[in-house]
Amino acid sequence: MAAATSGRRYARRHLAARTGLYLAAILAALLCAAPFLWSLITAFKQNRDLYNPQNNPFLFNRPATSDHVLYLFTDTAFLTFVWNTVLVGGLVVLITLALSLPAAYSLARLDRPWSGRMAIGIFLVYLVPPSLLFLALSRMVVAVGLQDSTWSLVLVYPTITIPVSVWLLMGFLKGIPKDIEEQAMVDGYSRLGAFLRAVVPLAFPGIVAVIVFAFTLTASEFIYALAFVAPTEEMTVSTGVPTQLVRGDVFFWQSLQAAAVLVAVPIALVFNWFLDKFVAGFTMGAVKE
Amino acid sequence: MATTAEQPTTRPIAAARRRLADRDGVLSWAFVVPSVVYIVALVGLPFGLAIAFAFSDVSAGDPSYDFVGLRNFRRVVDDPVFWRSVGNTFVFTLISMALIVLLGKVLANILVADFRGKWVVRFLVLLPWTTPVALSSISWLWLLDSIYSPIDWVLRQFGALGPVENMYWLGQPGLSMTSVIAVHVWRLTPLAAVIMMAGLMSIPKEIDEAARVDGAGYWRRMFEITIPLVLPVAAIAALFGAIFTFTDMAVVRVLTRGGPNDSTQVLASWAFYRGIDGGDVAQGAVIALFLFPLLLAAAVLILRAVRKIEVR
Repeated sequence: MAAATSGRRYARRHLAARTGLYLAAILAALLCAAPFLWSLITAFKQNRDLYNPQNNPFLFNRPATSDHVLYLFTDTAFLTFVWNTVLVGGLVVLITLALSLPAAYSLARLDRPWSGRMAIGIFLVYLVPPSLLFLALSRMVVAVGLQDSTWSLVLVYPTITIPVSVWLLMGFLKGIPKDIEEQAMVDGYSRLGAFLRAVVPLAFPGIVAVIVFAFTLTASEFIYALAFVAPTEEMTVSTGVPTQLVRGDVFFWQSLQAAAVLVAVPIALVFNWFLDKFVAGFTMGAVKE
Repeated sequence: MATTAEQPTTRPIAAARRRLADRDGVLSWAFVVPSVVYIVALVGLPFGLAIAFAFSDVSAGDPSYDFVGLRNFRRVVDDPVFWRSVGNTFVFTLISMALIVLLGKVLANILVADFRGKWVVRFLVLLPWTTPVALSSISWLWLLDSIYSPIDWVLRQFGALGPVENMYWLGQPGLSMTSVIAVHVWRLTPLAAVIMMAGLMSIPKEIDEAARVDGAGYWRRMFEITIPLVLPVAAIAALFGAIFTFTDMAVVRVLTRGGPNDSTQVLASWAFYRGIDGGDVAQGAVIALFLFPLLLAAAVLILRAVRKIEVR
């Protein structure tokens, strides 16, 4: 009898907890995604629908139109911005990997007396913010003749991505058993050979995580992109959309919203895919052997 | 040595080890040096240059270097807008961080739980953080529009606003700061949640289960196990967030450009306005330099807090 009531009470409490969890999850998702859901509706609205404060902003009061979304592709430099972003992101990822993978290996594996301090030093570089450096860097970019060119961003962005990537990769490399490269070296590979042929392939998940992370960081960067690059055809998405889709005081609202959604969704999808890897990498980076 | 390298199996292991160690020494340097050089050239050098600019009359129009001593510092300090930016930066950082840490913890707790449709929820929750800030701010610019703001429309439906009234979210000094903070909190909370998730997942399951067996309830476990164990990670997350918030200008730049009447002007946006928009590189450099001691203090303080937790 007593057991039955406590069981029922447990079931009721369990149900309440589950309901609460689902409500909280839905609320959190809505709060986070609301502006984008809105953007999605706005992007397909006619001007006469949008620019009437009496109209319900959540519904189509007039038929939906794809004119403004198409305008984004046909009459603006949006695709140029996307291409520049992909180009800069791709090159920065390559530079980042080429430099940070060996560095991370050295700091995680080739125990030197200075390894620990160097790792913390590189980590601290990440704390130096762009807002402290952008003025000096903008003069340096002029000095090497890269002002108003996308290449200035290719040059400067690795300073943001390398420190994080070294940290992230150190975590992944520490997770690879030491026996593997020792075995490779016993089999006749040099340390370098063991690194390239045995360690790098096993660090592949970490490398993919770095690719995604570094790419996202460069795609979102704002201050450098705004300070270094003025011509429309050299801009990235991050600066091009908010500055070039506005003419004087006229905002192309629907096109702007479409651009925001078009950029936001793919990045978040990829990130969601790799989220567990990032979490694992960052936690392992903090673990001592 | 070269001959022993060819036939490692015939040598005693100790000798082979030593040979490897010898090589490791060179290799460990060769592996680190490129990254270090890159960072020194493009972080260390500009940092030194920024300090040099602060004592000069360099501008976009006249980039020749002339030493002018503390003149720029005096000009900056005499400007009331600068002090306004300092105050705003602190308000912006403190309120944002308090909210981000609190909401991040709540969100992390939701995200570590098991439920159906988690993938979709996670995707939607990640959106504010993974979207380039300039673009998400543009979405918000429309939500906070002075006439067509959908938020105003909802308020009108509930009778909180008159039929033709508007809130002017970005047009009134106090309210515009609230809006900027809200957008910033909105976009960084998912990141805080992800970092705390990492912390939550690193807690060994056995500890939690042992406490459960001992009869500890949800809140007791939360306050005596989860929170103390997550604190170091949360402190590091807070350090990052605080520094990031303190030096950020993206949300301000897109939403208000520091207005109205510099009521949302922060140090970074003011430095940008002076240094790039106004072309006065030297004065911009001075303003940006004021970020540094505060940054350093924040970093030292929070690192010390972390150590204190670890010692206990």
